[in-house]
Amino acid sequence: MSTESIAIEKERKPLFTSKDRKLITDPLNDDNPITVQVLGICSALAVTVQVKPALFMCFGVIFVVAMGNFVISLIRNFIPSRVRIIVQLVVVAALVTVVDQALKAYAYDVSKELSVFVGLIITNCIVMGRLEAFALANKPGPSVLDGIGNGLGYSLILVAVAVVRELLGSGSILGFPILGQWALDLGYKHNGFFVLPPMALIMVGIIIWIQRSKNQKLIEAN
Amino acid sequence: MKPLKRLVENVEPHFAEGGKWRKYWPLFDGFATFLFTPGHPTHKGAHIRDGIDLKRTMSMVILAMVPALLLGMYNVGYQHFLAIGEQAAFLDIFLYGMWKVLPLVIVSYGVGLGVEFVFCIIKGHQINEGFLVSGMLIPLVCPPDLPLWMLTVAVIFAVVIGKEVFGGTGMNILNVALTARAFLFFAYPADLSGDKVWISGVGDKVVNGYTGETALAQFAKTGGEVAGMGGQSFASQADFLWAGFIGLIPGSVGETSTLAILIGAAILIFTGIGSWRIMASVALGGLAMGYLLNGFSGSFPDNGYLAIPPYYHLIFGGFAFGAVFMATDPVTASQTPSGKYIYGFLIGVLAVIIRVLNPAYPEGMMLAILFMNVMAPLIDHFVVQGNINRRLKRVKLATHG
Repeated sequence: MSTESIAIEKERKPLFTSKDRKLITDPLNDDNPITVQVLGICSALAVTVQVKPALFMCFGVIFVVAMGNFVISLIRNFIPSRVRIIVQLVVVAALVTVVDQALKAYAYDVSKELSVFVGLIITNCIVMGRLEAFALANKPGPSVLDGIGNGLGYSLILVAVAVVRELLGSGSILGFPILGQWALDLGYKHNGFFVLPPMALIMVGIIIWIQRSKNQKLIEAN
Repeated sequence: MKPLKRLVENVEPHFAEGGKWRKYWPLFDGFATFLFTPGHPTHKGAHIRDGIDLKRTMSMVILAMVPALLLGMYNVGYQHFLAIGEQAAFLDIFLYGMWKVLPLVIVSYGVGLGVEFVFCIIKGHQINEGFLVSGMLIPLVCPPDLPLWMLTVAVIFAVVIGKEVFGGTGMNILNVALTARAFLFFAYPADLSGDKVWISGVGDKVVNGYTGETALAQFAKTGGEVAGMGGQSFASQADFLWAGFIGLIPGSVGETSTLAILIGAAILIFTGIGSWRIMASVALGGLAMGYLLNGFSGSFPDNGYLAIPPYYHLIFGGFAFGAVFMATDPVTASQTPSGKYIYGFLIGVLAVIIRVLNPAYPEGMMLAILFMNVMAPLIDHFVVQGNINRRLKRVKLATHG
């Protein structure tokens, strides 16, 4: 887990410094929460059978990490460090409940599909990891950016896995048939393995494999 | 052999250091050492290098599989003509089976070796011949009518995810052929189970009383009494057992004939390539668990599997094939002699448990071997630790006593 803490300069600065930009872009590749920090794997396996629930899950996580980071960063100077985990949990649990209720109100079918995994955002290591590693030591502005960045990094992998799994497992993307009847008529068959969780693990592994072979920073010295 | 050797020697400079096809050295090396025993000497000290290297070891395993392959081919044709109710001459039967099975073998080898070559050239490794055996095992554990594109997908998956990501031949955790089989089973269940896939090319023109289920699928309902399979009916239970033993029943290409597999086992044991410890302990484990579960057959009359005589497990389904050709894979099995007993015994036990208690998975053998593949290093670890502890105790006794 990265434990960098960014010192914020006192003088006035432009709205988005290069450091701010890095807060967003780093988690997309070099410091991706799933493929590099290897956090939040459970939900990546569980909700990636189809793209739609995966997208909703991504929005939920982005919202919770960004807002959680913001709130914790605001009150970071008042939290006694011995009870900080409990305070973080309370904040995260409240935010997750908001997401859960909103889904139940406006997207009931997706909410049913995601079932327990919305609630489990509370235990998603990415959320707690960012609160501990970043929000407790930084100002609210950068903390929100860091939250959005990590949420996006998580989403990137989730959506990539979900697209492959839905396409090869059920022949569609977002419910639109891509490999539809015409493919079945040609003798194609949907690959049932992609619907099972092990394939998500293998997909994440393949993504890590590709990323490590492309990204020079991630290649470990022998 | 002379002209062949001259050809190899002539093109060698092009592939050697500085040659124009240097990049493809692994390819050349792979072919050259396949044809001729390499003359590599050892570099330090005097060791005698045995001529039987990996390639020749693999060739012996292939040889051991030939009886199962030939009988499998014959059986594919035999089942086909029985099911459509036609009489056919021996040669027609065999040719039909060969026509069905050869494409599976060719595709399996072509795709698998292709993937292997690509990886070796990218990494600049020597080509290892691990796939020579896997490439033959894969078609032998598939149903005869399997679409070739499915086989292609499964072979690519098995070689890349099952082997290359772990570092290639000799580094894999799971048996490659079984990885392909498991992939097929979970990816395309409709083509790998049920009563439509085990007899080749029947369509709708079947004879009366036709049932395409394998023996294992029938056991669940009938408790071992099988009156007919495919297009054939058996006059007595002994006839059925005999057909199962010599392999004239529906099933995957190479696993039906326990007789052919036993011939293969004899070759493997005689040449010292296959571990008799594993084969024997798998059989023992299967029998032990079979007898144990058989004892409960009175309490659960619904599950016909409990009632079958335990030795049926050894004859039907992939049990014998798995025990002889899959469980003994030197890469994925336990390495220590006493570890091999434990490993084999547990494979037998698990295979029978899965078959009997979950009749939806007649592939108990496949799942049992894959599971124990994962456990093999753990078994070895405890065996080695046990050995170390025993010796330490001896040292302590010697110094204190």
